[in-house]
Amino acid sequence: MKYLIQFAIISGITFLGEMLNLILPFSIPASVYGLVILLVALLSGVIKLEQVEETADFFNTIMPVLFLAPAVSMMDVLPKLGGSILPILIITVVSTVVVMAVTGRVSQAVIRHGKKKGRKENE
Amino acid sequence: MNEMLSESVYFGIVISLIFYWISLTISKKVKLTICNPLLLSAVFIVIVLVIFRIDYDTYNYGAQYLTYFLTPATVCLAVPLYRQIEVLKKNVSAIMLSIGAGCITNAVVIGILTISFKFSPELKAALIPKSLTTAIAIGVSEELGGLTSVTVMSVVITGILGATIASGLFKLLKIEEPVAQGLACGTASHAIGTSKAIELGEIQGAMSSLAIVVTGIITVVIAPLIMNLIS
Repeated sequence: MKYLIQFAIISGITFLGEMLNLILPFSIPASVYGLVILLVALLSGVIKLEQVEETADFFNTIMPVLFLAPAVSMMDVLPKLGGSILPILIITVVSTVVVMAVTGRVSQAVIRHGKKKGRKENE
Repeated sequence: MNEMLSESVYFGIVISLIFYWISLTISKKVKLTICNPLLLSAVFIVIVLVIFRIDYDTYNYGAQYLTYFLTPATVCLAVPLYRQIEVLKKNVSAIMLSIGAGCITNAVVIGILTISFKFSPELKAALIPKSLTTAIAIGVSEELGGLTSVTVMSVVITGILGATIASGLFKLLKIEEPVAQGLACGTASHAIGTSKAIELGEIQGAMSSLAIVVTGIITVVIAPLIMNLIS
């Protein structure tokens, strides 16, 4: 019964997300609408954590399995990409390294700036 | 073989689950980042399909039903985010500024490189969401008209690469704050990077899973603008 209700709530929110994706003119995936709806519902207390917790944790645990079919579809796509494979790899590698470096440095700068400010105010 | 199996829904589901289970067991024993269970199981399944001359469509006839659950699974990311809401509130300016900077950097790098490689719109759209977690990346790629299979490939490579280089890069650039390390992992390399962040520490893990969601939301909002700019 517990899992039935949890799955019903999650499915219901997913359905709402799909409807918003169809009705609203933005290119926002249904899953993101659903995520925001669930978060707001939890924060406002409309939905209690116990009403979704186990099923949500189950879904988060099995997530990689759900990506398998799209990942395996590489076998059909790779031969069609031909000369684009190397550039795609280069773009993937370069952007990952640069984004990680920038995000880390910026957040460290903001955190340390905040700490300095805090220390000065204490003095 | 194809004719018989293409009538079976559970063929695709069963080999997905079995090979994922095998890969998970291997990755727990062999503690190498490259032994990522998703990558391993995808490689195993491709090998099996090729050896037995089974079409991707035959496999996907069943496996697609697993993919349908990606949307509710992504919705459920709200739960860990809700659990970590206090950490989020405490570091809100560092989180928003750094993830925002990360998303813009990602857009600029991908924009410049895809234009200089003269990529088609389908390829550009496929690469814009590459640092997001797969479920959101597929959604964004579809909305922009990208090749989702290229998106998935790029997302998986991004994740494994991010998890592999994180420690070395942090040392090299003297990124020492746990919050900063976590945000960098999650923003650059989503869930697979988060698995590395969890290894680095509890704060790193929490901030990294938070970054997955925030990066997803920011990119979802700015992706159509970027697409307009670079096409």
